[in-house]
Amino acid sequence: MCALTNPARTPWRLRVPQRLRGHPGILIAGSVLLLIALASLILPALSPYDYFTPQLDLISRPPMLRGGHLLGTDPLGRDLLIRVLWGCRISLLIALVASLISVMVGVLWGAIAGYAGGHTDALMMRTVDVLYSVPFVPFVIVLTMLFGRQLWLMFVAIGAVSWLDIARIVRGEALSLKRREFIDAARVAGVHGARMIGRHIVPNLLGVVIIYATLTVPTVILFEAFMSFLGLGVRVPLASLGSLIADGASDMQAHPHLLLVPATVLATIIYCFNFLGDGLRDLLDPRKQA
Amino acid sequence: MLRYIFRRVLESIPTLLLIVTIAFALLHLAPGGPFSADKAMLPEIQHGIEARYHLDEPLWRQYLRYLGDLAHGDLGPSFQYRNTSVNQIIANGFPVDLTVGLCAIALALLIGIPVGLNAAWHHHSWWDRVPMALAAAGISLPVFVIAPVLVLVFAVHLHWLPAGDWVRGSLSHLLLPVLALALPYIAYVARIVRGSALEVLGTAYIRTARAKGLPAHRILLHHALRPSLAAVVSFLGPTTAGVITISIVVETVFGLPGIGRFFVTGALNRDYTLVLGITILYGALIILFNLLADLCYAWIDPRVRLD
Repeated sequence: MCALTNPARTPWRLRVPQRLRGHPGILIAGSVLLLIALASLILPALSPYDYFTPQLDLISRPPMLRGGHLLGTDPLGRDLLIRVLWGCRISLLIALVASLISVMVGVLWGAIAGYAGGHTDALMMRTVDVLYSVPFVPFVIVLTMLFGRQLWLMFVAIGAVSWLDIARIVRGEALSLKRREFIDAARVAGVHGARMIGRHIVPNLLGVVIIYATLTVPTVILFEAFMSFLGLGVRVPLASLGSLIADGASDMQAHPHLLLVPATVLATIIYCFNFLGDGLRDLLDPRKQA
Repeated sequence: MLRYIFRRVLESIPTLLLIVTIAFALLHLAPGGPFSADKAMLPEIQHGIEARYHLDEPLWRQYLRYLGDLAHGDLGPSFQYRNTSVNQIIANGFPVDLTVGLCAIALALLIGIPVGLNAAWHHHSWWDRVPMALAAAGISLPVFVIAPVLVLVFAVHLHWLPAGDWVRGSLSHLLLPVLALALPYIAYVARIVRGSALEVLGTAYIRTARAKGLPAHRILLHHALRPSLAAVVSFLGPTTAGVITISIVVETVFGLPGIGRFFVTGALNRDYTLVLGITILYGALIILFNLLADLCYAWIDPRVRLD
């Protein structure tokens, strides 16, 4: 069958490792993110400090190389580096959980709508249109307020509201995929319904999905930071980059490093994910292939 | 055109109804209520208060009552602010958000469009690379990072502008919040305009215009601008409503008397009517700006038919 038809452009058929050499930026952005991830996983365990114990004799120290507190301390004498690393943990965790949820919902929704077509498609995509008019910031605020401020709940809420773009894109791709010969061949061979979507449609969508998942990640991270900045996210004493920025902003006249350090780290993470997403799109998007 | 607008407005009613219903259900199904607070109240007082706000009625009657009031444009009394209606809170606060939000969008367009066009025209030169590198940084800097940094630089260190507060009609008080809100959107608009202008500049009619010997500004303004704007317009629809929502952050940093802070404290204190009212307002804004964007789209690209 494959000899007769045009093979679908899945990521692994595009010889990604070879082509990555032409895009060093992707590797750099990826390495920076990996470094931040590893540091946030390992360093808090090795450090003599933790994120919650106040040290009242070491209040608001500026960053310095000697004395053990590389990035200084906060107004309660807690090590800023450790608190920032915990913030990174939260940001990366939400990147993982919320993106996973939004990708799973979005891909399934879009693939089913696109493959089923007809009334099912119209109904499902009309739902997406309606959901686009729902003001999500208020909804997530209300959700997390009302059902207790548990971290996982906020992750789920953010994931549940960010799948719409992916659903639209996946549906478009599924529509064009379903007219391909190999789908006809599978249907002739007796494949239907869930198995068709799971085995033949979704795997061929993965390239597009990876790109848009990478582009969803920064919005999801920003959303969490935004909530924590407003004081609606993580609870004290746990720190997120958003809450650290809020705390730093309230004390920035006397101790600007409390604002600038978490702000720089957050901006770096977002920048790297944006860069990664743009780069992957250039690299993998089938529509940009000659 | 009028028929189209009329139909879109009609279509938005079920959407709004859905928003109201979901929000209403979420608020009322969640454990706890506005007056089941930590402070113990005499049962008689509690009953009195609940009867006053109709909280003692069955849920479906509260829902129908709310819908009935809503149809008359009445969003009900606020629970946490005594003797204040939600309509009053919105009427006082919303103009602030609207002013800041629309100024920010205007600024984003005024700066973003020329920068994007210029970058596309000078593709692969420093006029392209430097602004686009800045734009890539700009979309990575959220408003809540930019706003405090702007205050630190321009208000605390340089003393050029006031650090916050809201004085009606004072331009200097408006400048920093608008700038903070606009910066990421300047970056977005510049990137989008550059992307679509690059496509437009590759078309045959632009080549013809160049071959005729038209000066650069004429080609850009008369031939390339309008088709390049289509992508911006479809970006602006959802974004404008989003900007007004995001201005919660700007309100927090600059101490503006908008409705965002009311919303957050309202959600914390279970002020059902206030939260519902502001949620409906945001939903209506999204629908309104999407409609405006579609109308603009048809004006920019005559091939688009409104039906």
